[in-house]
Amino acid sequence: MSEKAPHPEPVGKDVVKLPSSPGHARELQDRIEALLVQTIATDRDRFCVRLALEEALVNAIKHGNQMDPGKSVTVRFQVFKDHAEFHITDEGPGFDPDDLPDPTDIENLERPCGRGVMLIRHYMHEVEYFAPGNAVLMRRFFQKAP
Amino acid sequence: MSGQPRKRRLEVEDAGDVTVVNFVDKKILEEQSIQTIGDQLFELVDGEGRKKLVLNFSNVEYLSSAALGKIIALNNRVKKAGGKLALCKIKPDIKDVFVITKLDKIIKIVDDEQTAIQSVS
Repeated sequence: MSEKAPHPEPVGKDVVKLPSSPGHARELQDRIEALLVQTIATDRDRFCVRLALEEALVNAIKHGNQMDPGKSVTVRFQVFKDHAEFHITDEGPGFDPDDLPDPTDIENLERPCGRGVMLIRHYMHEVEYFAPGNAVLMRRFFQKAP
Repeated sequence: MSGQPRKRRLEVEDAGDVTVVNFVDKKILEEQSIQTIGDQLFELVDGEGRKKLVLNFSNVEYLSSAALGKIIALNNRVKKAGGKLALCKIKPDIKDVFVITKLDKIIKIVDDEQTAIQSVS
């Protein structure tokens, strides 16, 4: 008899449709935080997830949907014991994440915007954008540097 | 008198001619509060003519890139006014955000408040 491959159950998963307003993003953040305490996530992991999720939701609501109340952001999330993943889709036209000015270039350092995507890439271990650039999948594995 | 001020997001103290600012919020994430924090910080420079500023982050646990934007804009205003800005008592996770984005290259960041006050005096 072949052994069954382990199939870990998430401690929480859902598909949430958020109106394009930051207040609703806050409720989702609180839900995720409550799930993370049931995992092996460290304080550092929780900080990284919260920040990356915040940046991704702000990008979707503000830059993607342009705060249009007629548009929504769909968040599909799964939180496992050892990692969490988020798939976030907005209703905007999308953007090319590889065609953004580098915010750490000396001539861009004093610009007050353009750091969200960079922070997401730093705080998540896997980040993938899907054409036309209005959807992102991001994962963080807990207790793994940085 | 102008209209009723919005909720105070900052606690402002004077240390000689240096203005020390503490943040009321632990999480500087929400669009509206970031906007208010920005307005109140800019008012210190543009409205009240304060030029030597220290931002004490001891209370802050989270901060988004939108909040970073306000601090950069504040730094630009202070510089334009011929003043100085320093940040202090930043928790390691938050300090990491400044280092990743290389903002520590353009904004003075020190450990304790006294050193920050001296650095802008």
